Amino acid sequence: MTTFHVKGATLPDGTRRDFFVENGVFVDSASNATVLDADGLQALPGLVDLHTHLREPGFEQSETVLTGSRAAASGGFTAVFAMANTSPVSDTAGVVEQVKALGDAHGYVTVRPIGAVTVGLEGQRLSEIGAMAQSRAQVRVFSDDGKCVSDALLMRRALEYVKTFGGVIAQHSQEPRLTEGAQMNEGALSGELGLAGWPAVAEEAIIARDVLLAQHVGARLHVCHVSTAGSVDVIRWAKARGIDVTAEVTPHHLLLTEQLASGYDSRFKVNPPLRRDDDVQALREALADGTIDIVATDHAPHPLEAKECAWDEAAFGMVGLESALSVVQAAVVDTGLLSFADVARVLSGAPARIGLLDGYGAPFTVGAPANFTLYDPAARSVFGVEHLHGKSVNSPYLGRELPGRVVATVHGGVATVLEGLLVEELARG
Amino acid sequence: MKHLLSTKDLSRDEAVQILDLAEDMAQAGTREVKKLPALRGRTVVNLFFEDSTRTKISFEAAAKRLSADVINFTAKGSSVSKGESLKDTAQTLAAIGADGVVIRHHSSGAPRVLAQSGWIDAGVVNAGDGTHEHPTQGLLDAFTMRKRLHGDASRGRALDGVTVTIVGDILHSRVARSNVWLLETLGAEVTLVAPATLLPVGVDTWPVAVGYDLDAAVAAKPDVLMMLRIQSERMNAAFFPTAREYSRQWGFDDERLARLPAASLVMHPGPMNRGLEISSGAADSARSTIIEQVANGVSIRMAVLYLLLAGGAA
Amino acid sequence: MTARSVLQQDDITRALTRISHEILESSRGASDLVLLGIPTRGVILAERIAATLNGIEAGSAVAGSLDVTMYRDDLAKNPTRVSAPTQIPDGGIDGKTVVLVDDVLYSGRTIRAALDAINDIGRPKAVRLAVLVDRGHRELPIRADFVGKNLPSSADERINVRLTEIDGADEVTIE
Repeated sequence: MTTFHVKGATLPDGTRRDFFVENGVFVDSASNATVLDADGLQALPGLVDLHTHLREPGFEQSETVLTGSRAAASGGFTAVFAMANTSPVSDTAGVVEQVKALGDAHGYVTVRPIGAVTVGLEGQRLSEIGAMAQSRAQVRVFSDDGKCVSDALLMRRALEYVKTFGGVIAQHSQEPRLTEGAQMNEGALSGELGLAGWPAVAEEAIIARDVLLAQHVGARLHVCHVSTAGSVDVIRWAKARGIDVTAEVTPHHLLLTEQLASGYDSRFKVNPPLRRDDDVQALREALADGTIDIVATDHAPHPLEAKECAWDEAAFGMVGLESALSVVQAAVVDTGLLSFADVARVLSGAPARIGLLDGYGAPFTVGAPANFTLYDPAARSVFGVEHLHGKSVNSPYLGRELPGRVVATVHGGVATVLEGLLVEELARG
Repeated sequence: MKHLLSTKDLSRDEAVQILDLAEDMAQAGTREVKKLPALRGRTVVNLFFEDSTRTKISFEAAAKRLSADVINFTAKGSSVSKGESLKDTAQTLAAIGADGVVIRHHSSGAPRVLAQSGWIDAGVVNAGDGTHEHPTQGLLDAFTMRKRLHGDASRGRALDGVTVTIVGDILHSRVARSNVWLLETLGAEVTLVAPATLLPVGVDTWPVAVGYDLDAAVAAKPDVLMMLRIQSERMNAAFFPTAREYSRQWGFDDERLARLPAASLVMHPGPMNRGLEISSGAADSARSTIIEQVANGVSIRMAVLYLLLAGGAA
Repeated sequence: MTARSVLQQDDITRALTRISHEILESSRGASDLVLLGIPTRGVILAERIAATLNGIEAGSAVAGSLDVTMYRDDLAKNPTRVSAPTQIPDGGIDGKTVVLVDDVLYSGRTIRAALDAINDIGRPKAVRLAVLVDRGHRELPIRADFVGKNLPSSADERINVRLTEIDGADEVTIE
């Protein structure tokens, strides 16, 4: 473990000062420290992604815990929550403990597994939520992401049951019958392209039902990847009524629109689909006014062959860990909606709080774990495969100019990125 | 023109040029020797991922009449995993030396993916992709209308002011889409008639009038009434209750035929469900262009293949 | 380079009249003449010659057009050319004397294509060739039976034929 003296960084609150790291925590001062010149750089608390697909076990051709961790670190993340749609599904203590152990062993980021709500993500029976909560993985977030817990009774029971363990259900809101065979946002463009439409109401109806269920049973609900203006309205209404709901938006839903589908390039095929410009604007405003609590990547790696085909044969999803901060800057910082203090909140403090992850409550204060990233918002570059550090290259941003560059990432006092490059041999203490 | 993927991409001049070329091709078809040497030495591959004997035969006849070598490749039932098959097949065809690929695919946009992929450097003709487009069908329909309405004075003309009503499953019809964009480009006035379940969301942004009532559409005396094939399995997905109810409301029967002006054309892209969306009386009447549509299909496809494949680099 | 006029309206009319007489003479008053003009300007010339022939001997000739685009040997070497209509007069060409009519005879390749096209349409008794201008530089063993004017030219010169029906005036220029 290295001792650091970070010089001249701009902290999220806008103040400019030096800070020091020793033995994995922030300290007042340190001698013989490695100096990181942060002149002109924005210091942010280590980013926390509440929604990552690490694919291991089962889909190691797309991503592994190691490669996904490296992708995360290169994007400024120090913690990721790994979704449960692995194979075998993360629905038992054994699988979630394995995922956590792999994350700990690699050390690039903290890996917190998410447990499946139902056995095999099949929406029939509750999985062993208690066993996963009490395992060494200490699972607190449960989700069938990729699939919706569409059965209203099962959803009610899940919301109630996780209360027992202080957990939260993260719902993938997608009414299955309304989205059978769906390929892209339903509207004039889907009609023209002849791609089966994915109506906004399929998302909004589930969110409306779930917030009412959460209110009824007094449980906590987290809504994954909100994508429509109507969903924002429902969540805003629920929060005004005091319902304990939090919501996330992905970077791509803050920047990209359905128009990108018109060339049938399946890099732009994602679940939920890219929506209209009006939706993008509503999501940005909702993030700015707090209706949407966090940004989460929904990093979804797929091998080339899953995308090199006709649109309706291609897999849903895009990688997003490496580009998240840049896309957030382009979508909501450079447009004046969010400050970097807000970015620190939506990409670190709030997701850690929702996921009950310790150590992110008071960043940069003496004694707190040294998780941070140094970011150069003035940099600009054309995003290319060289920016990707996971196994897969299904990024929708390839060839697009994006602002910002992660210069350094420190996870628990260990540098994972230095001078913009991934550290190959982590200096563990 | 390098590819023909969609009628939406065609300008009015390009569309009229294809129709005029098809006139010349049709003329050649009346001669003793129907073959033209224009594509001698060129290889055209009919790449069909979906069954369609009629379209395949039409393209095959067109390519052969232009003296091209034709290879038929039916990928249906191949054990190759879905995603790989298009890419692998394209690379195989490139290695064989295909100059043109006529592709029919169950996925909307597959021809565009093929054209843009870099897997193969051949002219691509969309012969029907999913529920997206079927541009040569749109062109042959326009050709058929122009020929019936303008006769020998067709050359150089578009379809300005011609009223066309298209009836049936607009939502799933690639024929309807190709016709809507092309007819709009050629100056025709298009009305779509269907149950609301079979109209796409956002149809209000299309350059068409929309109605639900076939009797009202017939009473409006359109120059052309085009019936689309209805697939009876749609009723299982709750698009309409029963075939009988569909037929009663949106089927073009003898009684409606009697109310249609004598000069109006009755069209159908085939294959027909006689007794469901169209009665035999209507299909076989003098107003029906259904057989002409098939013949004109060869001329249109010859024109398209010629335009895409005959010329070299500028 | 500026254009130099080599044939004026009177010259063209005279040339076509002379060609008409030569055609009649060579076919010994036959009434089965089919003049097929090669688009675009050859068609106009064929119509004019047919009118002259019919003025001399009513009903002696019919005119039509023969498009050779599909038969060209340079299709793949140029951007796609659009075809023009072929109009074979009623009665066809079987057993008739066909006179191909074009404005300029140059390499001979267009005529080669026209002979192939005729072959696919029928079997004439004989095929003759009439051109307004023969500029030389033949690349195939083809010669014209009736020539309006021999115009030796160099390969980098351009011969422009303008006809009233299309261009508003009759004139042949070289540049």
